[in-house]
Amino acid sequence: MPNKTFFWFFLPTGLAMILFIGLPIISTGIQSFYAQHDQVVKEVKKCDPFGCTVSIVVDQEATSILRDEKPLGKFNGFGTYIDRNHLAIEQISDFWKETDTFGEFINQVTNLPFYKALLFTLTYCLFVTPNVLLLGFIIALSLNAISRKIRGPLIFGTILPMIVTPLVGSLVLFWMIDAEGIIGANLQLMMEDPYLSLKSSRTLTWITIIIYGIWHHSPFAFVVFYAALQTVPQEPVEAAIIDGASRYQRIRHIVLPHIYPVVTFVALISLMDNFRVFEPIIGFSAEGSAQSLSWLIYDNLVNEEVILFGSAAATSMMTIIGIAILLAPVLIRTWKEFRTAR
Amino acid sequence: MEYGLDKRSNALRTFNTTFIIIWLLIACFPFIWTFWGSFKVRADFFSRADWWYAISAFNTLLETGGQFTSKAYSEAWTEGEFWKASRNTIIVTVFVVSISLFLGTLGAYALSRSTERYAFWILIAALIFRAMPHITLVSGYLFPFFELQIWGILPTTIVVLVAINQPFTLWLLYSFFKTVPKELDESALIDGCSYFQAFRYIIMPVMWPGVITAGLFSLMLAYNDFTVTALLLNQENHTMVPKIQSYLGTNQHEGNLMWAVSAVVSATAPLFMLVMFFQRQVISGLTTGAVKG
Repeated sequence: MPNKTFFWFFLPTGLAMILFIGLPIISTGIQSFYAQHDQVVKEVKKCDPFGCTVSIVVDQEATSILRDEKPLGKFNGFGTYIDRNHLAIEQISDFWKETDTFGEFINQVTNLPFYKALLFTLTYCLFVTPNVLLLGFIIALSLNAISRKIRGPLIFGTILPMIVTPLVGSLVLFWMIDAEGIIGANLQLMMEDPYLSLKSSRTLTWITIIIYGIWHHSPFAFVVFYAALQTVPQEPVEAAIIDGASRYQRIRHIVLPHIYPVVTFVALISLMDNFRVFEPIIGFSAEGSAQSLSWLIYDNLVNEEVILFGSAAATSMMTIIGIAILLAPVLIRTWKEFRTAR
Repeated sequence: MEYGLDKRSNALRTFNTTFIIIWLLIACFPFIWTFWGSFKVRADFFSRADWWYAISAFNTLLETGGQFTSKAYSEAWTEGEFWKASRNTIIVTVFVVSISLFLGTLGAYALSRSTERYAFWILIAALIFRAMPHITLVSGYLFPFFELQIWGILPTTIVVLVAINQPFTLWLLYSFFKTVPKELDESALIDGCSYFQAFRYIIMPVMWPGVITAGLFSLMLAYNDFTVTALLLNQENHTMVPKIQSYLGTNQHEGNLMWAVSAVVSATAPLFMLVMFFQRQVISGLTTGAVKG
């Protein structure tokens, strides 16, 4: 296709992506170097018969004028990145000096908002992604062994958790798991602990959200694996059966190598999706004990008084860097393949 | 994998069947339970006393005199203004689907027929864009949108959702157009058609299966979105998902939690029916990128 024709065909979608994905990333980058204005203060001298006192009050008028003049805020350089709510360089070096044991140091650091969120996000990715792959693969194998006639409805039932939006999915589970729901109430009965509830412990909350993650993402892995299983060639499998290979050996040495590229694809997609975990935290109302990077950004953006654009943007930039690190191996591999193909 | 030579042991078959049944229970029961519970009063579905009330409908009988009540639905749809939210969702979904398909088919067709190197880089860029968490994009939008005073209205959200949706649509339709033989439109070009005419008269008639799949995914994205709609729309223009969240936030009102339950059912039911109808397309869409690429 000639370049000129390509240009006209691609212009609308390219424009949409540049304007609403490319530019916002740049805008986020710029915003992250600014911070909201401090309130302008003025000294007010108050005199009464007993003498004069000087008090400091907020000058509302000057503050709003300043905000109108420079809505972006004041230039802050990398200030937002290293403040207490983000990388917290100062606090960490303080902790390093003050704490005696390494464990204590880690404890202190993971109590800082950014590191707390990072820890949760990584834990979530680490536990959800492998389990999603495993569960998805087992479901695909089992469904594949079931008679073709009834597979249709079974597949429909299997993909339900995936097609609802994460907020709705987590709400539906939360209403069952919460102390007043069917599972929560029965757990209390079984454990004979009337105060057992999701919100009572951090570990329980984390486990619940991770279970939700596996529940929500497994169907996607299932669908892809199921489709891949349909393309496994029959001859090697039959040969293996004649040679007396067990079921496990056949899966291990014939099926798995065949669908290996698909496994990496699913792992990558699910890692990317898990890294932005956010809605389940709202659905489970778990803000108290589980916060993710995306949730931190959301929290800054819905701030009641002043929207903390700078703070949200700094967290966003660091999230983007995290995504880039996750994607890097794939991009490098694609680049190498592309060069050798040339 | 129907292995002709394979003799499956009975034990394995029983295990397999039990596993599938347990998994289906885990996958579907929450939805069935929520659907059942949405016809009860709050004291039954969220019972402090005894979870069995949700089945025996103890309080529902006391309060309404029947086993089932549709009070939550009627209140949420009228008083809770869920009708407005669902109207907004319909508007957003219809526009997002049609615009993204229009832009996506043109772009993906060009990508699939281009032999230049930049086509490859565009696809890689789209992959990176696809990986961006939506909330980081939203944090980039908010400030400029406030300044331009286009925050809070439906058209802005529609355009944003179309853009966010483009990378995935492009990839999906690109791999679809790759399966449409090149000779088809090349022969039309030789006969003197322009590229646009070839697209209009040769490609458009055969592209519907791919377009339906891409359309379904655009629809699911627009219908399910929470991040963008919650932060870019004002209260008045909220779509269904942020509306459900707003029912949760205000807990003073006794009925509100049940509003959320009934709203969840109302929002999920059309989606389930759609997927039941188009199950084949959804699955083929999820796998084209994976199995062929």
